[in-house]
Amino acid sequence: MKVTEASQAYSFSRRALLMGGGQAAIALVLAGRMTWLSVFENERYKLLAESNRVNLTLSPPRRGWIVDRSGQPLANNRTDFRVDLIPDRLEKREETLAALQQILALTPEDMARINTDLKRAAGFQPVQVKESLDWERYATVLVRLPEFPGVQATQGFTRNYPLGAGVGHLIGYVGAASAEQYKETKDPLMVTPGFKLGKDGLEKTLEERLRGKPGAKRVEVTARGKLVRELARREDVPGHNVRLTIDAGLQEYCARRLADNSGSIVVLDCLTGDVLSMVSMPAYDPNSFSDGITQSEWKMLAENDHVPLMNKVLQGLYPPGSTVKPMHALAVLRAGISPNATVHCGGALQVGNRAFHCHSRRGHGAVNMERAVAQSCDIYFYVMARELGYDHFAKTVREMGLGARYDLPYPSQRYGTVPDSAWKLKKYKQPWTIADSVNASIGQGYVLANPLQLAVMAARLAQGRAIVPRLLLDQPHEPAPSLGIDPQHIQTVRQCMWAVINGGGTGGRARLPIPGVEIAGKTGTAQVRAITAAERRSGVLGNASLPFKLRDHALFVCFAPWDNPRYAASIVLEHHGHVNPLTDVAPTARDVMTFLFDRQKAITTLHELEKGWGGTYAERMARDARAFEAARAAARAAPPPPVPEDAAEAASDVVSEAANASVPVGDVATRNEERAE
Amino acid sequence: MSKLGPGLVPAPLAQLPWKVMLLVLAIGSFGLVVLYSAAGGSLYPWAFSQGIRFFVFFGMAIALSRIPEGWWALGTFPAYALVLLMLLGVEALGAVAGGSQRWLDLGIIRLQPSELMKPIIVLTMARFYEILPASEIRKFGALWPAAVLIGLPAALVMLQPDLGTALMITGSGVAVMFLAGIPLRLFIGGGLLLGAAIPIVVNFVLHDYQRNRVLVFLDPESDPLGTGYHISQSKIAIGSGGIFGKGFLNGTQSHLDYLPEGHTDFALATMMEEWGLMGGFFVILAFSLLIGWAIGVSMRAKSRFGRLTAAGLSATIFFYAAINMLMVVGLAPVVGIPLPLISFGGTAQMTFMICFGILMSIDRESRRKQRW
Repeated sequence: MKVTEASQAYSFSRRALLMGGGQAAIALVLAGRMTWLSVFENERYKLLAESNRVNLTLSPPRRGWIVDRSGQPLANNRTDFRVDLIPDRLEKREETLAALQQILALTPEDMARINTDLKRAAGFQPVQVKESLDWERYATVLVRLPEFPGVQATQGFTRNYPLGAGVGHLIGYVGAASAEQYKETKDPLMVTPGFKLGKDGLEKTLEERLRGKPGAKRVEVTARGKLVRELARREDVPGHNVRLTIDAGLQEYCARRLADNSGSIVVLDCLTGDVLSMVSMPAYDPNSFSDGITQSEWKMLAENDHVPLMNKVLQGLYPPGSTVKPMHALAVLRAGISPNATVHCGGALQVGNRAFHCHSRRGHGAVNMERAVAQSCDIYFYVMARELGYDHFAKTVREMGLGARYDLPYPSQRYGTVPDSAWKLKKYKQPWTIADSVNASIGQGYVLANPLQLAVMAARLAQGRAIVPRLLLDQPHEPAPSLGIDPQHIQTVRQCMWAVINGGGTGGRARLPIPGVEIAGKTGTAQVRAITAAERRSGVLGNASLPFKLRDHALFVCFAPWDNPRYAASIVLEHHGHVNPLTDVAPTARDVMTFLFDRQKAITTLHELEKGWGGTYAERMARDARAFEAARAAARAAPPPPVPEDAAEAASDVVSEAANASVPVGDVATRNEERAE
Repeated sequence: MSKLGPGLVPAPLAQLPWKVMLLVLAIGSFGLVVLYSAAGGSLYPWAFSQGIRFFVFFGMAIALSRIPEGWWALGTFPAYALVLLMLLGVEALGAVAGGSQRWLDLGIIRLQPSELMKPIIVLTMARFYEILPASEIRKFGALWPAAVLIGLPAALVMLQPDLGTALMITGSGVAVMFLAGIPLRLFIGGGLLLGAAIPIVVNFVLHDYQRNRVLVFLDPESDPLGTGYHISQSKIAIGSGGIFGKGFLNGTQSHLDYLPEGHTDFALATMMEEWGLMGGFFVILAFSLLIGWAIGVSMRAKSRFGRLTAAGLSATIFFYAAINMLMVVGLAPVVGIPLPLISFGGTAQMTFMICFGILMSIDRESRRKQRW
């Protein structure tokens, strides 16, 4: 075909029309697509636009307070300034982090955690940068917010424990929810920054009552996360307050009076069973746990041989030693034996081919019940146990509350052993022996109890009532019912325990400095190592020359006033070995009891003592932390190890490990001795 | 066109194609309204400067329309050579400065030679096929010079790298080849070849970010917060607008910054969020009328140069509008081509007005010849 100008013009028209047609087709496609999007998909895209625009944020509910019996807060909330990052909206990540690090003085540990969190964080889920900021730093971030998209500064509440470590084990602590908890509940509150839930102690067991309902607000936000306006808001519903039977003043006093000991003090109301104080020291500071504990703090606690991560009141089990003697005396009375019956103590008793020694090598001579308790004569109880059999004692021991598990709001309790023949047969497939009875008669051998049980024992002995420790002051309640013990027997036991303190017995240093109020009590020493015959011949090593872990436990139970008991207490000092007379159990008991009758006098005494101990526990802990941090900083050449998933969680694992590890030596020696006091 | 008597309106004014000028004015004004809203109900920073420029360039287009068609034909090759040199210059400058650069700083203005190349490639191809004897059109000699003329600037622009502009230059050039009468089988074969080549180009020629855009276009949800974010948010804006839109100044996607580039490449989405499907139809219709007018101009043109130029320029305007709109509704990858007259930006405005001016010039020529 020949192409001419004319045919070319014709072909142009055709092709121009063809092109126009193609263009029209595309215009139709466009119009169709627009119609599809805005008519048929309209609902879907409306929703998407709305979810872009509107951001629903939860605000953590204010947690209910935990208050003492007079309403004084043991755990409350303080205003908290915090800074978070919204990963999705973070634009200049490195720059922003660097600026925040500088403004907020973030440690390398903080930075490592933030970076890890940012890696794992999804979308709009905020990542905590720092909480508990002071106003200056918070304000600095606040004014520079426009420079850093993705940074969010908010004001919230954080848990506050005014008594710090003094209520650590009593209250427990709170912490951010773990990933598992979120997966389990799918509750968005779990991942709301600033939301804390109970991780241990009362905070954990009373979680439902304390939590409350979260507030919520719908806000219009820009793509950069800038708040445009608030659309709707629902206020949070604060959690319920919980009132405890605890006396905050006493609780703090006991914690301070324990000085640098690894020990516990429990004070009960003899009539109602109200727990007035329950202290285990040293303890972690729940304030720092709730802020998210740092690696170094956790390490410091975990490495401490005074096991600050264990609640010794409920999880520490100790051979009660001679503190069981008043209770055993009651058992003797109930067998019909006169308190005036005497036993001759020559310093040792031969049972089979074994010699059982009294703590007094020379012997006490003729001892009746009062003298046996007051002087803590072992031979008297050996003889009684040999005659009556321990099964007879075990019945009274159980009635006095040992071996029992109390219904207290704590995740775990260890309740020890009250051995008898049936128990031994079941556990060891062996018959009970006289030696077992003799051992158990002085609170050694298989007998194990926790400090709370010892306090219950003292309270039940004091009033003969079946008191049960209670911690929640929900409703007023009546004095506990009587145990049905002959009042004459109770009177005799009180008399014996009075003599321990006021009648020239082993606890003279516990005598109260308050006219008209006398205390009754019983000292105890629990041995944690076996003493060989060879050592006994060459002279038993004094506690002062032994390493900490091998020293004896020092124990004390008491009540006051002796003739009409109102308060009962137990004091257990791990590995104290009676080496420091100022911090020993008897003077501690004296000061704690003094506090109940004359607060000012007790506080004056404590102030004097604390001058020699380097201040209160709070002051000492702060100093230790600084020293530990300084030592670490000096040693730190390498970058810090990765922070565990949830340090606080890990810490509570260690608690249980520590509890398992501290089971005292089982069938130890046959020696029980009281230091002269 | 004008039914008004010669006594009422001066002849030069009466000669102007008023209807299409009003159409351009309407699109441009609507664009200013959109920019006013995109700035959150403010003339600044966009609507005001865009408006000023619009009228300046509109005046320029009218001025261009007075240039006789023959001058365009004469000036074409020198202009092509000059712009090609400028493209080389940009490339050289970029190499010296150690980065990619798209513009030449002439002191007064920053000139983007690749933009000038869009109308000039149409003129060049039209000129080439005007010179080419009709009998040569089916021979190889009709192909290779055209390929070189298109290939050189397209390659230089591709190096910048500016995929969108390179595609538009190629597309406009090829459109003129098509209109000039190059055998259809070559286009069909070329189309098939292109289809086969796309995977290779995507994998080996495109820059990472360009390849990414193409891949994400195929599956925007695969990367909702990265490259796919643009497309997803644009679709949300359009889809949530519904038939009548959310109302002027009530768009949330654009005002809360969810829609990126809401005043430039994605201005159509900003508009449709507030004006709905009706706004979209209006823009499609307006551009259809405009392009239809341009095709009409080409039909009426007496010279082969005028015919090819007008039709080619209509294709250029079509590519501009269509690629942008297809991209905004999620039917084309994000290539960075603005919507003429509506998107903020002087370059596209200028290019469009040059095309418009040349079109009016050809229109004027054909009507003058009619009258004579």
